[in-house]
Parts: sequence; structure tokens; C-alpha cells
Amino acid sequence: MLNKNIYLILIISLVFVISFWIGFNVNLLPAEASINAPIYDELFKILFIIGLIIFIGMTIAVVYSLFKFRKRDNQIGDGIALEGNLSLEIVWTIIPSIIVLLIGLYSYNIYDRMGGMKELNHNHEMMSSNTEKIWAGISQTSDNKMPKNNLSIEVSAMQFAFLFNYPKGNFISGELHVPVDQKVSMKMESKDVIHAFWVPEFRIKQDIIPGQPTILNFTPTKVGKYQIICAELCGPYHGGMRASIIVEEESDYNEWFNKNKKPEVNL
Amino acid sequence: MTISIDPQKTNDESLQPKGWLRYFSFSLDHKVIGIQYLVCGFLFYLIGGTLASAIRIELASPMSDFMPRDVYNQVLTLHGTIMIFLWIVPVVNGAFGNYLIPFYVGARDMAFPRLNAVAFWLIPPSGLMLVASYFVEGAAQAGWTAYPPLSITTPQSGQIIWILSVLLLGGSSIFGGINFIATIIKLRRPGLKLMQLPMYCWAMLGTSLLVVLSTPVLAGTLILLSFDIVANTGFFNPVLGGNVVVYQHLFWFYSHPAVYIMVLPAFGLVSEILPVHARKPLFGYTTMVFSIMGIVVLGLVVWAHHMFTSGTPPWMRLFFTIATAFIAVPTGIKFFNWVATLWGGKISINSAMLFSCGFIINFVFGGITGVALAQVPFDIHVHDTYFVVAHFHYIVYGGTVFIIFSSIYHWFPKVTGKMLNEKLGILHFIITFIGFNLCFAPQHWLGLNGMPRRVAEYDPQFQFVNQISSLGALLMAISTIPFLINVFLSVRNGKDAGDNPWNALTPEWLTSSPPPVENWEGEAPLVEEPYGYGKEISEQK
Repeated sequence: MLNKNIYLILIISLVFVISFWIGFNVNLLPAEASINAPIYDELFKILFIIGLIIFIGMTIAVVYSLFKFRKRDNQIGDGIALEGNLSLEIVWTIIPSIIVLLIGLYSYNIYDRMGGMKELNHNHEMMSSNTEKIWAGISQTSDNKMPKNNLSIEVSAMQFAFLFNYPKGNFISGELHVPVDQKVSMKMESKDVIHAFWVPEFRIKQDIIPGQPTILNFTPTKVGKYQIICAELCGPYHGGMRASIIVEEESDYNEWFNKNKKPEVNL
Repeated sequence: MTISIDPQKTNDESLQPKGWLRYFSFSLDHKVIGIQYLVCGFLFYLIGGTLASAIRIELASPMSDFMPRDVYNQVLTLHGTIMIFLWIVPVVNGAFGNYLIPFYVGARDMAFPRLNAVAFWLIPPSGLMLVASYFVEGAAQAGWTAYPPLSITTPQSGQIIWILSVLLLGGSSIFGGINFIATIIKLRRPGLKLMQLPMYCWAMLGTSLLVVLSTPVLAGTLILLSFDIVANTGFFNPVLGGNVVVYQHLFWFYSHPAVYIMVLPAFGLVSEILPVHARKPLFGYTTMVFSIMGIVVLGLVVWAHHMFTSGTPPWMRLFFTIATAFIAVPTGIKFFNWVATLWGGKISINSAMLFSCGFIINFVFGGITGVALAQVPFDIHVHDTYFVVAHFHYIVYGGTVFIIFSSIYHWFPKVTGKMLNEKLGILHFIITFIGFNLCFAPQHWLGLNGMPRRVAEYDPQFQFVNQISSLGALLMAISTIPFLINVFLSVRNGKDAGDNPWNALTPEWLTSSPPPVENWEGEAPLVEEPYGYGKEISEQK
């Protein structure tokens, strides 16, 4: 009996060690390029490790049972007439409940840090009052190092392209240029069917819906060129509906901005 | 009051065709209807599988080069619709439910045999209509979810035929659900208590409640959508002031419970199969019953987790996260109980057992990714990507379809009186298990790294992993060959099975194989302990 328990403890600790090792050493995610990304990856790592422990544990239990309790050729008759074990059943009701509850609270915390629980508003400098109802989205990250200024962009999506309107510069671009380490605040609306704005390296996605503006705020942290991918089936060319987002140093961004800027028409 | 005998059927029995012809007739025999469901479903599975192969061929290269892009969208729409509404739902509910439930409650037939036959005969015409819509003006191409405004703006005839077909299939499903509830509640033989019923009855009771509660919502939604398409109304059309997100709420109010309509019966079936081949009682009967009902209740209040990136306010995202994650608790109980059923048994390693164990492993994996997807911040990154595709194929293919095959190996001797060949069965399992995991496990990585779902073209960096996935799909296609050979050979030349080859205790095995039209020669046996394995021996001692 003692021997059996030692083996059980050994196997369980081995499952834990393997799961933690894989969780910390196997990276399944793309590069991190926004404030959200490391927060997301922290959640992913925790869920990955818990998932591995459960999956490896269950698989070992099934395969071990099949091997250990297989019917030998000379055997007849049935297994033990065990119909249940109340305390065991209570244990495997309560422990998963606690795990699920903890995961839920933890992901609430993650979501809050991503800015998901913030009041939805679009920080639009040019509009004095924001009367338009915003339906959904992710607000600014509640990170302490608040970026100094705030870039507002209006996104419109259509079959099969994204257009980015820079109200301050009075121009529209097919490519999204943003300065690094500054908060970008986007108001998005679709001209036809539902689309979605997804940048895998930023770990953010928000549907762009006709008739209902949505917002999406993010802060890029790494200079580079990334893909904006439409993630909602929007027609035959859905797979080709891509745009580029270029995250650049502030000086490069200003140069690009000034080149495209059009004089404001004052009537 | 319980009624144990159905009087209607015996009268017109002489008018029914005999032999194989009865499978093409408007038969009222629940066993014939069950087989009709199974074979019809399997034919549609072959069509849906062919479409899946076409998708994987297209995705073997990053460019959209195998078929035109709009045809690709039609193919993925038909693949989803056929697999859900014409294969999995009719087979796990209609086929096994009709065949087994009357045996389990000790009845001679279902409560409403004519309604039962009508429910089945709605399926072939609506299925054929759906497939044929491709040749009219192109089939529907808005995905099986048919989100407006895309479903309003794509070619109308295909979308309307799709709606009509899904409405008829939903009607068939509702008829079946009413019939199962009535049969389980009212047709139990005298003396048989609810808590003595085999677990599949409880699963079907829960499933049928979900069918009856949620399918009408889908029907109403699709009718409104069809008005938007043909009558220019503006329920969901934003141009006319409609709201597209309302459609998503209504659609998922059915379509999330639909997941449980697809997996709860499989949970019931595996609860019948494991005890027989492990020679042990089902572990924790009472907690199993309560967890089924827990899943039914929770399953009705989690639909918005499909909409975390659409127009959902923050509080709603939070509520649906917690509710969804909690479904893991009753589901987890069932899986622990199944493993405990295996523990200490005398397990026969045969095709039925292997497919059931494959189900446990695959479904645990799919369940874990499901709990992860329930977390809003996690979902925001992977929603509408191949991660989700991988997740739900682990649930519906790795879960339910594995159990369909397991059930076929388990009940084939009962239906035909012949055994299936075990060697071919194990070969079928090995190819299916490897092919399935090779096809879908890599798709998790694709989704995490930036490949959205429902695309005909993708970033070339994903080509290698997509080719592995396509290779897995090829193996899955090949795996049906040993299965079909096995079925065709065994039906004619299989080893004689006898009445009860597995020495099982559930009521369907206590009659001849194949069973007589009236199910039992004499009165239906009273089975108070359907899982009483190991008991006789200990009593004799």
C-alpha cells in the first residue's frame, strides 16, 4: 500500500514537472508587440500549464487502466462491483469548481488590466461632446505609464479593405501608421458586412459592425510591420482582406504624417 | 399511469414491406427508423467528408488555387451544415435514440410512431435540397452561422434554400425531441423507476429538453432572416435600421445548446459502452444524472461566449465567461466517473472500447481548450481563428463521431446478429485516431499565430503546418475504407453473434439479435440494475 502511494505521488509530481517545463519552454505564440501582449501571454502560460496537467494526467489514467486492467486470456467474470464513492465524487466536484473559479477571477483581473472593464469611450480630441453610443470594444489599458498623447483614428472597413482616417491630418490612408509607445484610439465602423480588426502580435481583436460603431484602443511597443487581418467571414475575398500596420519611431511617424497631411479647409 | 404497449402498430404490420425494402418504406418500427437515420446520416457524412477533403486540398497551398473563392465559401458552408444537421444531430439523437430508448424503457415502440416516421422522412428531402442548391445559383455562402448582413447580400436562392432546409431539419429534430420526452416519461414499463433507467435515457431526456426549448428560437430567427432576404424587411438589415448583433444572440441561443444536443447523447452512449466492456458498474450513477441536468441548465445561459468580439458590453462578457467555465465542472465529473469505471475492471480491448477511450482523450483536450476559450481575454485573440476550428472539431469529431463509431461496433451485433471484424475495427481506430490528431492538433498553433478561419488563402509561413493538417485529413478519409469493407463483409459473412455476445445487462441484449418486431417475445423484462456487473459472482460466493 505504501509502495503504491509512493508511485502515485511520483507520477503526479512527474506530470507537474513535465507540464511546468513545457509551459515555460514551449512558446506557441507570435511576437509580443503591444502592452496587451505580455499580459495575454501570462494568462496563456497559466492556462497552458493547468491544461497540460489535466490532459497528461487523464491520458495516463486512461492508458494505464487499459493496460493494467485489461482482460487476460485466462480470466473470466467481472470486475469489482463498485458503484461509486461519494467522497471521491465530492472531491472531483469541488476541486474543479475551485480551479474554474480561480481561473475566472484571474482572467477577470487580466481583462481588467487590458482595459476591458473600462467605460467605453472614444477619446476624440476634435469632438467636444461624445454623444454617439459606443456599443462594444476594448478601452485603454490601465497601465501606469500612461502614454503622453493619444492618437485618434477612424477605421472604416468594407469588402475587402480597411481605410484609416487621420482626422488631425485630414487624410485617409490604406496603411495604418502609428508611433511606438503611444496609445492609439480607434473608432471603427463597417460600410457593408461584418468585418474584424485583428493584429495577432497585439493579441487584440474587435468586430467591425455595420450600423454600430465599436472602439479598440491599444499601445504598440515594438517597431515593425505587422498584418491587420480580417477575422470575420465577409465574402469571397475574405482570406485576402489584409492591411499593414507600421509601428515606427515618433520622428519617422511625424515625417510620414506631415507628408500626407492636407491643409484643413476652413469655410 | 404508464402505458407499456403501443397498440397502433400491430394492425398495419402486414402492409409493411419485409426484408431490406422496409428501410425504404414509411415504417413505424422504431428499430427500422433508427437504422434509416443511421444509414441516411452516414451517406451525408460521406458527402460532408468529401467537402472537408476539398477544403483541405485548397488549404494545402497558401494561394486560392483549387476552386473559385465563392465556391470555397459554399463548400465550407455546406460542410458545416451537413455535418451538424444531417450527420451528427440525426445520428446521435435519431438513430441511437430511436433504436435504444424503447428497449431501455421497456416499450414496444416510441410514443408517437407516425410522428417518428415523419421526423425521419423530413431529412432526406431537405438534405438533398440543400446539396442540390449548389446547382441552382450556388449554395449558401455565409457559413453555417449565416450572419447577416453577409447572408442578406450573397446570392439569394442558395441562402433561402439553406434556410428552408435547416427549418425542416429543425422541425424534424423538435418532433424527435417531443417523442423522446413522451416515451421516456410515459412509456416506462410498470415497476421501472426513473433512477433505474440506463444513462442514455437521461442523456436523451436532457438533450430533448434542449431541443424543445432552443430549436424554435432558431426557427423563428431564420424565418425573420428569410423575410429580410426576400421581403426587404429590416430585422437584421443595418441599411434599414436593423441590428445585426440581435441575430447573433438569437442564433447562438440555439446553436450553443446545439453543441450539447450533439455531445450529451454521446455522453449517454459511452456510459452504456464502457461498463459492458470493462465489466464494471457505471461509476457514480446519481452524480452522472445530476451532471447531465446541470449541463442542460448551464448550456442555456452561455450563448454569448460566441460573441466576445462582437457587440457585447463588458459586464456581459464577464457573466458569460464564468457561466461557460462552470460547465467544465459537471462535464469533468462525467469524465472522472468514466475513468473510475475503467479502474479495476476486466477490460476487453476491442474496437468499441478503443473508440470510447479515444473519445475520452480527445474530448478532454477539446474541453480544456474550451475552458480557455471561455476566458474573454484569451478568446479576444483566438476568436474566429483556426484555434476555434481545432477546438470544436476535438469536441464534435474527436468526441461525438468517435462515439458514433464506438456505438456502431457495440450495437452492430444486436442490429444484424453478426459480429464486426475486430482486426479491421482496430485498424479503423488506429488510422482515425492518428489522422484526426494529425489534422486538428496543429490547427491550434495556426490559430494562435495568425491564421483566421474560413479563408481560402493564407500567409505562406503557415504552409508546412497546413500540409501536415491536410495529411491528417487524408488519413481520416482513408480510415473510412476499412470501416466500410468491415460493414459490408460482416453483414453478409460475419461471425454469428448470438443474442448477447458482450454479456451485457441492459434490456436490448435480453432479446434475440436482431430483435423481433415487438422487441420481446413475451413481456418486457424489468431491468432494475442495468449496470449490475460483478454482482452475481459476489452473491454466489
